[in-house]
Amino acid sequence: MQSVLDSPLPLTKPAGRLELAVNGRALVPEPCGALWWPGRETLVVADLHLEKGSAYAARGQLLPPYDTAATLERLAAAVARRRPRRLVCLGDSFHDRAAAARLAPEARAAIRRLAAGLEWIWIAGNHDPEPPEELGGRVLPALEQDGLVLRHEAARDAVAGELSGHFHPKARVDLKARAISARCFVGDGRRLILPAFGAFAGGLDVLSPPLRALFPAGFEVALLGRRAVYRFPHSRLVPIA
Amino acid sequence: MAEAAAQASLPPAFAAWFEAHGWAPHPHQLAMLAAAEAGRAALLIAPTGGGKTLAGFMPSLVELAGQPAEAPRGLHTLYVSPLKALAVDIERNLMAPLRDLELDIAVETRTGDTPQAKRQRQRKTPPEILLTTPESLALLLSYHDAPEIFAGLRSVVVDELHALAGGKRGDLLALGLSRLQALAPGLRRVGLSATVHDPARLVAWLSPSGRADDAAVETVVGRGGVRPEIEILTTEQRLPWSGHMALHALEEVYRRIRASGVTLVFVNTRAQAELVFQELWRLNEEALPIALHHGSLAVEQRRRVEAAMARGSLRAVVATSSLDLGIDWAGVDLVVQVGAPKGVSRLLQRLGRANHRLDAPSRCLLVPANRFEVLECRAARDGVEAMTLDGEPPRAGGLDVLAQHILGMACSAPLDAGALYAEVTRAAPYAGLARRDFDDALQFVATGGYALRTYERFRRLVQDRAGRWRVASPQHVKRYRMNLGVIVEAPTLKVRLGRGRRLGEVEEYFVQGLVPGDTFVFAGQLLRFEAVRETDVIVSKAAAGQEPKVPAYVGGRLPLSTHLADRVRAMLEDDGSWPGLPDQVGEWLRLQRRRSVLPPAEGLLVETFPRGGKQFLVAYSFEGRNAHQTLGMLLTRRMERAGLGPLGFVATDYVIAVWSLQPARDVAGLFDQDMLGDDLEEWMAESTLLKRTFRNVAVIAGLIERRAPGQQKSGRQVTFSADLIYDVLRKHQPDHLLLRATRADAAGGLTDIGRLAAMLARVQGKILHRPLDRVSPLAVPVLLEIGREQVAGSALDDLLDAAAAELIAEATGEAPGGGAS
Repeated sequence: MQSVLDSPLPLTKPAGRLELAVNGRALVPEPCGALWWPGRETLVVADLHLEKGSAYAARGQLLPPYDTAATLERLAAAVARRRPRRLVCLGDSFHDRAAAARLAPEARAAIRRLAAGLEWIWIAGNHDPEPPEELGGRVLPALEQDGLVLRHEAARDAVAGELSGHFHPKARVDLKARAISARCFVGDGRRLILPAFGAFAGGLDVLSPPLRALFPAGFEVALLGRRAVYRFPHSRLVPIA
Repeated sequence: MAEAAAQASLPPAFAAWFEAHGWAPHPHQLAMLAAAEAGRAALLIAPTGGGKTLAGFMPSLVELAGQPAEAPRGLHTLYVSPLKALAVDIERNLMAPLRDLELDIAVETRTGDTPQAKRQRQRKTPPEILLTTPESLALLLSYHDAPEIFAGLRSVVVDELHALAGGKRGDLLALGLSRLQALAPGLRRVGLSATVHDPARLVAWLSPSGRADDAAVETVVGRGGVRPEIEILTTEQRLPWSGHMALHALEEVYRRIRASGVTLVFVNTRAQAELVFQELWRLNEEALPIALHHGSLAVEQRRRVEAAMARGSLRAVVATSSLDLGIDWAGVDLVVQVGAPKGVSRLLQRLGRANHRLDAPSRCLLVPANRFEVLECRAARDGVEAMTLDGEPPRAGGLDVLAQHILGMACSAPLDAGALYAEVTRAAPYAGLARRDFDDALQFVATGGYALRTYERFRRLVQDRAGRWRVASPQHVKRYRMNLGVIVEAPTLKVRLGRGRRLGEVEEYFVQGLVPGDTFVFAGQLLRFEAVRETDVIVSKAAAGQEPKVPAYVGGRLPLSTHLADRVRAMLEDDGSWPGLPDQVGEWLRLQRRRSVLPPAEGLLVETFPRGGKQFLVAYSFEGRNAHQTLGMLLTRRMERAGLGPLGFVATDYVIAVWSLQPARDVAGLFDQDMLGDDLEEWMAESTLLKRTFRNVAVIAGLIERRAPGQQKSGRQVTFSADLIYDVLRKHQPDHLLLRATRADAAGGLTDIGRLAAMLARVQGKILHRPLDRVSPLAVPVLLEIGREQVAGSALDDLLDAAAAELIAEATGEAPGGGAS
């Protein structure tokens, strides 16, 4: 038997807007993978991995060169929806150190256009320890604000209130009719890890040891659906085989 | 066609060899010899048995035997088979006559399993006869010394041509033959094939020009064997309404095994194989040696079964299509087909596995698992009697395969685009290839073929001053060789018992549906799923008496052929053909005529009726499961838009059933051909089937690598990144070469869009809509399929039959309908 729609999570309707609290701050996960912090009018995204396609091409595997354009289009749409005062990229915004130099002129222009209307903060990641500043915005190792620390990779013994990326979390939920896997937010109220935003960024199962180790008391996920974000407890997840 | 037109004379030594064994050469063997003497290509079409392989080799042996001892030696004949194991077997069969005739002819195999040192030696000093596969040939042709290796090649023999032509491996081989012909213009082509619907297609494939009217090809038709005896098992028990396991009939099957020498029991899916095997052993009081053979079992285990079969130490083997082709066994005197055969050609192929003596009939028992399958078995038997075979619509060669070939040719030597284009279009699958498509494939290989020309500096092919294309770096050559081939396996995981023995492999998606503690039958044992560790599925033996969760493999499930579907439709319409049917089936059809109407041979019957608070729509389109699955996806989209609130659908080989909140009134509008426009496009964006098709295309074309130097990507990683690429590419360059190749593949295969399109066109204006107040007798089987995935275990068919009682009562009007009327 087939469910009617060949799309993720067709049959459960979200109960209104989903909110996640981290250290008491109300945050809104979006289906595109961005996180909206209404209290600070800040939009947060993780792991854009711009120019990942061309990085592979340089090594001889000619993947489509459209990933940067696709990622920036989605980012521009998220910005247009929320009109944030500030945009924070949580590191690995560029796939490698040479990635910014490979940006097409259109991509450069798109970034400059976005940066002109808001305060852009590039947090350094392991792929891009020194993201370029000439495109607009500021580069920071991490950002602390109003009870939250925003950094690239979760710190093992961080105090409550941390937002990070790096792991590209993905989860698989067992619904009665079928199982669905998708990118997701994963958190425990003390820390939250964002899904990768980049078009070519892969995923890591939230049930894998490195992610589990960060949430010793368990966690829940917010799975990205097509139209909404859906919350599931740890217990509903199954491993991505 | 000339049947042994010009009889060639057999050299005395060969004639004596036949005589010494008490044999006479078959006329088609002599005809093949005559064709060789005339220097003509030859296509031999003959049923299994009758010395087909020897007929292919004999001209080469005769020529080699006639050469003076001091003549320079080199590669004379290349034999290409789709099966690695077969090449090994033929080496044995060929060695015997060579020894008897005391011929000093070197025969060697070359496959992916051949050791590196031997492969290198074979390039320097090739044997006179080399047995190989399409992939190994492609690899040889990519070496810079290919011109020297093949310069003296006289003959190429392609075995099982019917299985190769029409698929991507056939495309790859056809391109390889074109290159061989350029390297050795005097090369003579020989094709060996089973009986086929359309010999002209194979003539085109085999000809050096790629054309069906090529006079260079002589067609030799071997004498057909005695007409096979096909019996359809009629059961005294109640014939199931639904289900595919035919467990009701296995006691009878066991009795037949006991009464026969050696029996091959063919089934359609691996899940069926496991269940039938289990059930036969439950009944096996005499402990007859009965074995199991299917494509998921560990190779060693399959080889053991084949060896035991060859020794004659087995009484029966339960097998899937894994045994459709392959080594000939003497002594098989009964073929049992459990479940409907799905196609006339497939049935012929399978029953050809029994009795290889031409003068005695093959015996075959068809075991229908449900009522529709009774009709299908009847249609298949009629088809075999009339010898009307299934014809597949011809398909153009894959652009992904072409891209792989172009890179391979560039690896061998700098290439001239015009010359390679001319060479490629002499291969039949590419005879109609437009120069633009060729240039796009070349561009794809060079720079990825993207509209955004940012990869100029990363190009894999560069043009020299003469305008010839050469590989930019040796690493591309290395990568090509590591990733060559067109068989893309579904990602699989190894099934391992604890830390110990490997039992075989299962598709990843099957494992994804398991939770620890689930039990399933595999390799003839009841196993308990424990965990996935890297690429291993860890299992333990389950306690006896537990209910298994049956693997629901999609693989191996062929859809009903168009030809067989036509026969079933004709049979339904013509009640004059019913008397031969079992009483239960005849009664069922008469009831359908009373309560509704029988599906017409032309046009399309669509019934609608309410049931259990839902509105059902059942279309009797008989286009096979794959096309119906696609139809279901598209129909529900349209019903969604029309506000009918579709809830789900189920597709069988025969019908599609959709249920919704609101009844469908404008049925003709629902089935309008325009569903192949936007609805199809929209669905293609999301369909996992299309993504899987794209992944295969991307792997073959070399965009995604199976193996990179120094690392083995797991199947899972490949699947994941392919999905991301598909989404981005579809949005930014929908006419990219690989998306064009994906769409071409989607016309057949798992989505079967081509067949769906033909059906929609055929029934326009001929849709017969029957609104009913309750379920019709013919709709009962498909309604029983609903939700069957949730029911597990060997008692499945019993459960379904219990559920059927209620539905049948409703359909026949013996009891008040479930809330209807």
